[in-house]
Amino acid sequence: MSGPDTIQPPLARARKAIVRAIVASAQPIAEPLVAIFLALVVGAVGITVFSGLLAGHSNFDIGLPAAAYLALLGGVASPNGITSTLNYSTPLILAGLGVGLGFKAGLFNIGGRGQFLFGTVGAMAVATTVGASQSSYITVPLALLAGAAFGAAAGFIPGFLKATSGAHEVVTTIMLNYVFVFVTYWAISGPLSLPNAHQPITADVTARNAALPIIFGDVQHPAYAGILLALAAVPIIWVLLYRTTLGFEIRSAGANPDAARYGGMKTNRLIVLTMSIAGLMSGLAGATTLMGVVQQIAPGYDTTVGFDAITVALLGRSNPVGILFSGLLLGAMRAGSQTMQVQAGVPAELVDALQAIILVFLVVNALRRWLDRRAAKRGSTPSVDAGAAQAAEGVA
Amino acid sequence: MNGIPQALDALPILGMLFQLVGYVLSNLGYMSQTTVAVAVPITLAALCGVMCERSGVVNIGIEGTMLAAAFIGWIVGVAASALFGVGTPLPLFGVTLPLLLGLAAAILVGMVVSLLHAWLAISMKVDQIISGTIINIGAAGITGYLYTLVASQAPTGAGSFAQYKVPGQVADLPLVGWLINAVLSQGPIGLSTIVIVIMLQIMLFRSRWGLRTRAAGEHPRAAETVGIDVIRLRYRNVVMSGALAALGGAWLSMEQTNGFNADMTAGRGFIGLAAMIVGRWTPLGAFGAALLFASATGLSTSLQISPPAGDLGQLMGHVPGEFWEALPYIITIVVLAGVIGRSIAPAADGKPYERESAT
Repeated sequence: MSGPDTIQPPLARARKAIVRAIVASAQPIAEPLVAIFLALVVGAVGITVFSGLLAGHSNFDIGLPAAAYLALLGGVASPNGITSTLNYSTPLILAGLGVGLGFKAGLFNIGGRGQFLFGTVGAMAVATTVGASQSSYITVPLALLAGAAFGAAAGFIPGFLKATSGAHEVVTTIMLNYVFVFVTYWAISGPLSLPNAHQPITADVTARNAALPIIFGDVQHPAYAGILLALAAVPIIWVLLYRTTLGFEIRSAGANPDAARYGGMKTNRLIVLTMSIAGLMSGLAGATTLMGVVQQIAPGYDTTVGFDAITVALLGRSNPVGILFSGLLLGAMRAGSQTMQVQAGVPAELVDALQAIILVFLVVNALRRWLDRRAAKRGSTPSVDAGAAQAAEGVA
Repeated sequence: MNGIPQALDALPILGMLFQLVGYVLSNLGYMSQTTVAVAVPITLAALCGVMCERSGVVNIGIEGTMLAAAFIGWIVGVAASALFGVGTPLPLFGVTLPLLLGLAAAILVGMVVSLLHAWLAISMKVDQIISGTIINIGAAGITGYLYTLVASQAPTGAGSFAQYKVPGQVADLPLVGWLINAVLSQGPIGLSTIVIVIMLQIMLFRSRWGLRTRAAGEHPRAAETVGIDVIRLRYRNVVMSGALAALGGAWLSMEQTNGFNADMTAGRGFIGLAAMIVGRWTPLGAFGAALLFASATGLSTSLQISPPAGDLGQLMGHVPGEFWEALPYIITIVVLAGVIGRSIAPAADGKPYERESAT
């Protein structure tokens, strides 16, 4: 291999430039894919070892990971799998878009859980109060609006606190998560509870004309219209981010808050606005989940969407289109995990473990580090300093 | 309420306050034992946070670290009692070999999980919030996965540590007996927590290690110029703090209960973070905040078990139980927003340290 100092013929140089350009443009897609692949390999080792050690099998079954992953894929590919993938993906895409928007502005919204739950309460409040007397043409949009508004309010609080007092949004959103968990418990045992029920529980949204329409699938395994809302939100957030002044300001504030402020942007207003929109998206995620698969709020109702949305946003590199695909991927993994547990005897929680492993490989930039090390071996200087690039990219 | 004249109780608002004080006083013995016990895992989580953040590393993965330790402590206890038998517990704390092995394994795992956080946050310079989030998601997923694998065989655990029994003569002492009884009626982890709080408070503000830790958290560059290896110090603090979080996890699965449940930490790692903030990043302050938070739980349990009589009972009946549970988090937000007693983090908290000579 030629070192950097040797003179190369122009053709070879051009070819190298083209290869480099392709690598550069493919990197944002290749990095998540490599991270997913590596995580699946680690997961396979984990499945073999732990099923052998803990589940009482006498020997280590090398074929078990393949069986598990095939069962997962089979679960997704079945007709039921497709509808449930869409249902699982709906809140992940919606809330993921909100978290991604926050990342673009340099804000870390861990409050998805609370915003989701408060949005659920908002939608249920509409269903409980106006639902019985109105047709679903009025109740459904109203409930969605209320979910969005409640979610936005839940996001507004940490944004407002950060703008006015500098309280870090990570800590306030964590604390607010628990506050909203208890608000939800209180709501279903008090104002939203179904009278004469044996336990604190809300009414069924179907009985209140607030169920989302079913777009396809049979009655047992329907795909709800929430996915249409999620699909519509992707271009809306994309346009907001890349084609509006607000989006430009959000990205500027995320890239360099001081420069944005000196440039005359009202960064405090931006913080409040971005957190409110992020909350709105999580609130919508809560509302669509309630009005789709969940139907009523039962005791102990909770969600993992808030944290899953962080995975979705990171995996999608905070890009709305990327978030669409990572949301669908994670939704598919959730949908297939039940089949995997039944058919291969591998617990469905594997999906959560895989999520974390994917993220580890993603954030340490496994692909870029490997490419750089190879480049260093060849004698050329690394294209990007991995550590510096990571620091510069930060959460974005 | 016996000592308070009826006339005082009848006063508007103020009378209610008298009744509340009377109620708390008459239930104090019960409430303080619960309060100290509930405060143990919160305190340990908060101390873990203090050790990390004082050296400049934000750790929101405490919850996950505790969960991993709780699981490993339990499962190693299960395996050890299957291998060696449970044996006869010692009179002090009901210590058995499987329990000790479980505790050691829990501490080890807590340190390993923290090492992962240290590597991601310090060496890889990954955003520390993301690193902590990964640990939380991963710990919930992996423990949930493993628990589902073993739960089908309904394994029998190694049991749990026993409480220290305060001698009758001490517990019956006038005025202070009940308090000593309440504070000391804890298991080995609960009792060592109190010792750790005091030790850490002294070490953080009176020892060379403490000074260096605080320097690394406030101004790492200045610390480095006087010869402190900031990177190594941060690594050591984060890994050691994992042992504290692990003790909190082990308390859940080996002292409070004798088994493991999916997500059994139930937010204690995060409320520990809150205690750390309200306690202004000091061990004693964090302990105080944890006690304050735990007393809300103690009060609400007490209100459920023996509701007060009269007007107070009616008033308290209108306060939903969820309010008491949400109270610690609300207090934290109020403190963070600077409404009462502003709390300020170490200056270099959460910022990765880059050596000048590194590149």
